Amino acid sequence: MEKSPADLLASPGLSSLLKSLKLKTKQQELLIRVSILCLVYVLAFIARLFSVLRYESMIHEFDPYFNYRVTQFLTKKGFYEFWNWFDSESWYPLGRIIGGTLYPGLMVTAALIYWTLRFLRFAVHIREVCVLTAPFFAANTTLVAYFFGKELWDSGAGLVAAALIAICPGYISRSVAGSYDNEGVAIFALLLTFYLFVKAVNTGSLAWALASAFGYFYMVSAWGGYVFIINLIPLYVLVLLVTGRYSMRLYVAYNCMYVLGMLLAMQIRFVGFQHVQSGEHMAAMGVFFLMQVFYFLDWVKYLLNDPKKFHTFLRITVTSAVGLGVISLGVGTASGYISPWTGRFYSLLDPTYAKDNIPIIASVSEHQPTAWSSFMFDFHILLLLFPAGLYFCFKRLSDATIFIVMYGLTSMYFAGVMVRLILVATPAVCLISAIAVSATIKNLTQLVRAKSKPAPMGKGTTSTKASSKGTLDQSMPFQRNGAVALLLGAFYLLSRYAIHCTWVTSEAYSSPSIVLAARGAHGNRVIFDDYREAYFWLRQNTPQDAKVMSWWDYGYQITAMGNRTVIVDNNTWNNTHIATVGRAMSSYEDEAYEIMRSLDVNYVLVVFGGVTGYSSDDINKSSLVTYYAFLWMVRIGGGVFPIIKEPDYLVNGEYRVDKGAAPKMLNCLMYKLSYYRFGELTTEYGKPPGYDRARGVEIGNKDIKLEHLEEAFTTSNWIAQLFAAVVLSLSLSGN
Amino acid sequence: MAAVIFSLLVFFISLFITTSSSLLVPGLQILHAERQIDLTSHIVRVYLTLKVENIEDDPASKVLLAFPPAQFDHLSLVKAAVTVGKKRKKSYVPLEVNPTEQPDAPNGTKYYTISLLNPLLKGEITTLEILYILSHSLEPFPAEISQSESQLVYYHDSAIILSPYHIKQQATLVKTPTNKVESFTQVEPTFRTGTELKYGPYEDRNPYSYSPIIVHFENNNPFAVVEELEREIEVSHWGSVQVTERYKLAHAGAKHKGVFSRVEYQSRPTGSGVSSFKHLLAELPPRVHSVYYRDDIGNISSSRLRINSKKSELLIEPRYPLFGGWKSTFVIGYGVPLQDFLFESAAGARYLNYSFGCPLADTVVLPEGSKDPSVEVPFAVEQSLQTKYSYLDVIGRTVVVLEKNNVVPEHNVPFQVHYKFNPIFMLAEPLMLLGVTSSEEAARWIHSLQDAALNPGKDLMSYSKENGSLLGELIYD
Repeated sequence: MEKSPADLLASPGLSSLLKSLKLKTKQQELLIRVSILCLVYVLAFIARLFSVLRYESMIHEFDPYFNYRVTQFLTKKGFYEFWNWFDSESWYPLGRIIGGTLYPGLMVTAALIYWTLRFLRFAVHIREVCVLTAPFFAANTTLVAYFFGKELWDSGAGLVAAALIAICPGYISRSVAGSYDNEGVAIFALLLTFYLFVKAVNTGSLAWALASAFGYFYMVSAWGGYVFIINLIPLYVLVLLVTGRYSMRLYVAYNCMYVLGMLLAMQIRFVGFQHVQSGEHMAAMGVFFLMQVFYFLDWVKYLLNDPKKFHTFLRITVTSAVGLGVISLGVGTASGYISPWTGRFYSLLDPTYAKDNIPIIASVSEHQPTAWSSFMFDFHILLLLFPAGLYFCFKRLSDATIFIVMYGLTSMYFAGVMVRLILVATPAVCLISAIAVSATIKNLTQLVRAKSKPAPMGKGTTSTKASSKGTLDQSMPFQRNGAVALLLGAFYLLSRYAIHCTWVTSEAYSSPSIVLAARGAHGNRVIFDDYREAYFWLRQNTPQDAKVMSWWDYGYQITAMGNRTVIVDNNTWNNTHIATVGRAMSSYEDEAYEIMRSLDVNYVLVVFGGVTGYSSDDINKSSLVTYYAFLWMVRIGGGVFPIIKEPDYLVNGEYRVDKGAAPKMLNCLMYKLSYYRFGELTTEYGKPPGYDRARGVEIGNKDIKLEHLEEAFTTSNWIAQLFAAVVLSLSLSGN
Repeated sequence: MAAVIFSLLVFFISLFITTSSSLLVPGLQILHAERQIDLTSHIVRVYLTLKVENIEDDPASKVLLAFPPAQFDHLSLVKAAVTVGKKRKKSYVPLEVNPTEQPDAPNGTKYYTISLLNPLLKGEITTLEILYILSHSLEPFPAEISQSESQLVYYHDSAIILSPYHIKQQATLVKTPTNKVESFTQVEPTFRTGTELKYGPYEDRNPYSYSPIIVHFENNNPFAVVEELEREIEVSHWGSVQVTERYKLAHAGAKHKGVFSRVEYQSRPTGSGVSSFKHLLAELPPRVHSVYYRDDIGNISSSRLRINSKKSELLIEPRYPLFGGWKSTFVIGYGVPLQDFLFESAAGARYLNYSFGCPLADTVVLPEGSKDPSVEVPFAVEQSLQTKYSYLDVIGRTVVVLEKNNVVPEHNVPFQVHYKFNPIFMLAEPLMLLGVTSSEEAARWIHSLQDAALNPGKDLMSYSKENGSLLGELIYD
């Protein structure tokens, strides 16, 4: 609620100005609303620039580096080349068909922005466009939130929703400058599609339905999360049908949106015929047919004009329709025409599924079930306002509020299953909370202003509050004082929210994770730029065709920054390949060397935080925030190659790296590479040499000899270590 | 490899000696020659003092300097001066030096000609001071070293100065960076004391005498070589000259072999990786501002800038230490105030006066609308013109491209770019912005008029007022 102080300051000046201009109340209100929206728009953008100011204009994290690389390719080579791009630099020796295995929405959007700016003679670099794409779309999302709020409740709720979503940490976490990821534009597309669909349902207009189909198309092109839309909307329609809210408006909106949306979505190569064939999309199709049955029944009812006959007819039709649906679904599934649900979808419905069956999904930290603290962290007071908003929605039930309630409840469930889905829940939570805030404040201000003068209905909520303080009326002291106190309380809560959001954004979500910053001994800022050091070394000082093996987390970064071929990367499409790397990392050196030979590997990259105390390295034990554990390599490797057994690496079920560690652990490749010559180094004063600061123990194997590998490069803080395969490097230098 | 070169050299030299008698370069003889070869850095500087006498009747106005072809290719600079005056009032007057061809040069000997100020009459004596610089002339041997070894290099030359003239007396002094000299060729008399190696004095040597020597010594100087450098100088009449320098840097010393051990490198800085280098110093103009140092993948956080009134120094540290054969690329950019480098010449024209630095390609981006660019450079360069589009350009900016190969720090002399520029063009871009905004405003205003026509109750004041304030803001911006 940043807007409140700004507005409070602005209103006296504005009102005097307005008085001199003799604007009518409606015009005043419009002006205030537009200026608040503009402020919120700007705020949403600049609140996301912390990372640029603290660090630099750079791409963050892992996946965004792939997106960036693809966007660079797109702007350099053009759309058709991009569409047909076969990338031989990743998944060696398999390669990857990029054009057919990604959602191109983000890259195409950035490229279009880039080309437009270039056309307008703004000599921007593509990197800057990519860095600022997410904040730009976040700012646009606030506008959509405003209109959505207006559609759901009133313009006051819209304004509050815009302000809440502008700084909500749940959304900021994925849309700070530099986090150039699909979610950045997808949340905008998601909310836009929902808004347009609700608008279409409310108006029954074909135009809005068409617009929502296009919104859906954009969403499909941008993010795999479109599955949420294509399941939520049918569910919503189903609920409306069940509750007897079927109408012509709904019929027009859903049919147009579904049919056109489906046709458009099938144009995205990565989706293609999945949209009509896979299990995830069947609900939408089922509801589509159900809708036709409903319409047909309506028509028959109109024709028959006889309740008894109609009831018989109804029973027959419904039974046969449902039966037909079930049979066709069964036949489709059995014949393989309809593919079953994917693992990711299962893991959403059953949170324990991934842990047992798909370790690769479970190994990612953002796929973990959400802790309560992260709800509090990302939503703050919205968590309390959410139920209040639900109450208001139920109080004034309409097609639109039913939608937002369903959106809120389902997305909250998903947010509880997976940390990263908090993002999807954020717009719903903001909208519902905005309804609560707006309705409450409006009620209170009406109370305050009841005797003084008739309150103008549509006026911006906070400005009403501001002007109400000036005009005091003595007639109903308790009620009025209570209302004023509650208003102040609301103001306090909202300002706490603003403070919390700013703090979270600056402290938690604005770190690029490529560059690590820490406080030095004298309070100065120390920067660890080791990742880029290693990647740049690779880029400059290794043969052009060198192949680098690392755990898949670093794959995208190595290809984007190091410009070298990798064995596996963050697009985890081939589990066996990843398991092979996991097996190599967890085998003894000579066995690992055989695997590396078979994969043509020249270099191995290991991330190690023992010197700096950086705990999310390759060897680390799983912690709450970071889950990139060595144990996952063992598990994933063991999932395909039963030779690798997890208990071999544990001592009594405990994961250790010190003297008491399991012998297999002490001699596996990952351990040897991480701690190579670490035993000679004193990391902390007063501790024995070989003291691992990340894990707080003295390592168990200090005398590590490598037979087949040699140290090729280690960065200044040891975070990234590169090892060259000896024989291969010799044969290379002989060329 | 080195042995082959060596034997070839011996072969050539024997040829020199046999053919020398047949060649006659008349006129001069050298009474006394003293040569100092400075091997303390990775480029070789040779200081030569010649005492020349004309022994024939014709006045001589030119003195020839001879170089073996291998050395000639690595010459990056030759300078000569003549001493004028006696003892206390002694001063040096620079002389013109040009490469020349001689018709019957033995075994591809190459020459430079020094043009004297006044022709030398018979019996007259003059003293010439000559400096020449050789790059890429130290050959690392062994060619690959490991991290713990120090770098040893070969230097090839002749104990006797190659000259088309008879030299009566001569001596050569070789300076090495450290005491550690593995071996050196003995050409009696030869003495070695500490870091100095003295060949000679030798008396009465015939023209084209040659006596090859090899010095094998330790040289752990950073063999930092800029393989490519492009510099872009962008002139903005709004008060700034923006310079962007793109470097391709390499360590051209003995190649790094085998393991790079961080433990060794960190714990024993004196015994490990001694020939590697960690940082470089870039000298920037004074009053420099908005300096950046980055590469393809982002900002490089390790640099330090010191600014004082005479010069600014930027200590740049590549992402990793450079060992033999390792490479790095990076970009340095900075802005300098316009008034320090742009001057107005007669007839309304302007010229940019900037030092050539040592780039391979220097591009000067002139502001949009500038005309008739011409370049004044004190040495030969390749020139071409291009057009570049930057922020809000319509017709594009004129770009003057200057290219030169084999550049050494001594080429760091000012050059001028003259051009004509009408200051009205400075306003083109702001006016364009203003135009777009105000046309939008006008459109909105017309729209509001139409609105007003439909709802006659509406007040027009607000729109015109808003319009005015926006325009006002833009002008102040």
